[in-house]
Amino acid sequence: MTVWRAYAAVGAGSALGASLRYQVALTLMTSHHAFPWATLLVNVLGSWLIGAFAGFASRSERGRVARWQPFLMAGLCGGFTTFSLFGLETWQLLSLGRPWLALGYVTLSLALWLCGVWLGQRAGQHAATRWG
Amino acid sequence: MLGSPDTGNGIERVEARMLGILLVAVGGALGGMGRLAVGHRVSRHLGSRFPWGTLFVNLSGTLLVGWLAGSLLAGQPLTGERLAGPGWELLGIGLLGGYTTVSTFSLQTLSLWQQGRSLAALANIAATLMGGGMALLVGWWLAEVVT
Repeated sequence: MTVWRAYAAVGAGSALGASLRYQVALTLMTSHHAFPWATLLVNVLGSWLIGAFAGFASRSERGRVARWQPFLMAGLCGGFTTFSLFGLETWQLLSLGRPWLALGYVTLSLALWLCGVWLGQRAGQHAATRWG
Repeated sequence: MLGSPDTGNGIERVEARMLGILLVAVGGALGGMGRLAVGHRVSRHLGSRFPWGTLFVNLSGTLLVGWLAGSLLAGQPLTGERLAGPGWELLGIGLLGGYTTVSTFSLQTLSLWQQGRSLAALANIAATLMGGGMALLVGWWLAEVVT
């Protein structure tokens, strides 16, 4: 793939991922909730998804996912998940005087991101041996 | 928690929401391409044995979001839902939200662990979380100093 095609694929995937993330945020946004559930959800879901794509690509012989990798992984999953807003929300919880909630947010996030990517990888490998 | 509240009603609200999604998509496209460019450049200089590219992207993006939020709030505390509007949608939620990534961080950490490089995996986690916290504070502080 030429360089500009990789950029176009990542840009398109990231545009889609970021707008889906915003949709999730608008749907789950409730003013009385201090806990950033929407960002937690997109980051866990995006980690699961990138694991699934990677797992599928590693086992698939036809290379269907591998060809779409820039769009799906760096693009869609990369734009869907966000580290900067996760950081800002943690800082926001601290500013609200909720240090334990902030610590809980970071700990729960990290644990679920890593579980998500691991489970996604297993699911992707399983799917590839069946249908790949 | 950091989003734009719906104001007005009927057609105005639908229009604002569609414009918001468009701005997030444009910002997200630029952010994703920026992540690719910066990530490549960093890993070309520092090598690809450790995910330096993603680490650099996430720390620089967090610094910038701290600076952006601090500048937009102009001295007000970061509470409630004051971060909203087209500028925040384009630059905060779209550009910097799309520039930084959790999915690639998770995948690279898992892959380090599965290669038997558990120390490198733990270092990546620690550097991302602690570095991210420090980068955010630096950005926030810069906004206070500059504005």
